[in-house]
Amino acid sequence: MKKQWWDYLWIASLLYLVLGFFNILFAWLGLLCFFIPLIFAVAGGNKGYCNRYCGRGQLFGLLGGRFGLSRKKDVPRWMKSKAFRYGFLAFFFAMFFLMLWNTYLVFAGAQDLKQVVTLLWTFKLPWNWAYHGTLFHPGVAQFAFGFYSVMLTSTVLGLITMALFKPRSWCVYCPMGTMTQLICKAKNGQTV
Amino acid sequence: METKKKRRKAQVDSAVCVACGCCVKVCPLGAIEVVRGVAARVDAGKCVGCGKCVAECPASVIALQEVQA
Repeated sequence: MKKQWWDYLWIASLLYLVLGFFNILFAWLGLLCFFIPLIFAVAGGNKGYCNRYCGRGQLFGLLGGRFGLSRKKDVPRWMKSKAFRYGFLAFFFAMFFLMLWNTYLVFAGAQDLKQVVTLLWTFKLPWNWAYHGTLFHPGVAQFAFGFYSVMLTSTVLGLITMALFKPRSWCVYCPMGTMTQLICKAKNGQTV
Repeated sequence: METKKKRRKAQVDSAVCVACGCCVKVCPLGAIEVVRGVAARVDAGKCVGCGKCVAECPASVIALQEVQA
């Protein structure tokens, strides 16, 4: 099969993670990975983003497939259960809103900018080398640190399940995938 | 005695399919599509039962089933 331009979007995903090491404000670009799938689901009623354009999925597919960094075993049954998928989506949402709340506090002047990236919602990694000031409010940088934390955390989780199970195991419990599928089900019915 | 010809075709357990579309990308015959973002569906007429999608599916919800040809 001939490769199309979208088959190279894994480069964009990789570049995103690398850019965040140099200037955290690039983290804002990650919003594309949130809005594009939602637009596909809400406007088109499909999972076109997952199905074709998701660079992160491609990256896992490449590392786990061609690079052989995956055991290629079945994911455990609980991981594909609705309880876990919806639970993880809810947890992700909660953490996301917590991040937005922290951003708000910086905007409101109630909290100082914290130049850290929080990995797996727990480990605070100093990240001051990637912050060189901003023309905007420090809150803009706080959002970037928070959003990069979300992206790095989900990449690390994805890499762990890639190694343990099938390359694209992340797709099974990816909150964006679960959310867009729910939107599609709401629009198109539960079964097809 | 008449022998019945049996063939293997991919079948998706659509209740647990996450509609990621990984199977669509690997199918050499273009026999699978993700229908309206809900679940993948195999076109039994095109499927030759090669099993590539079975190996690829991250949720392991595709299986090869014997069907009467």
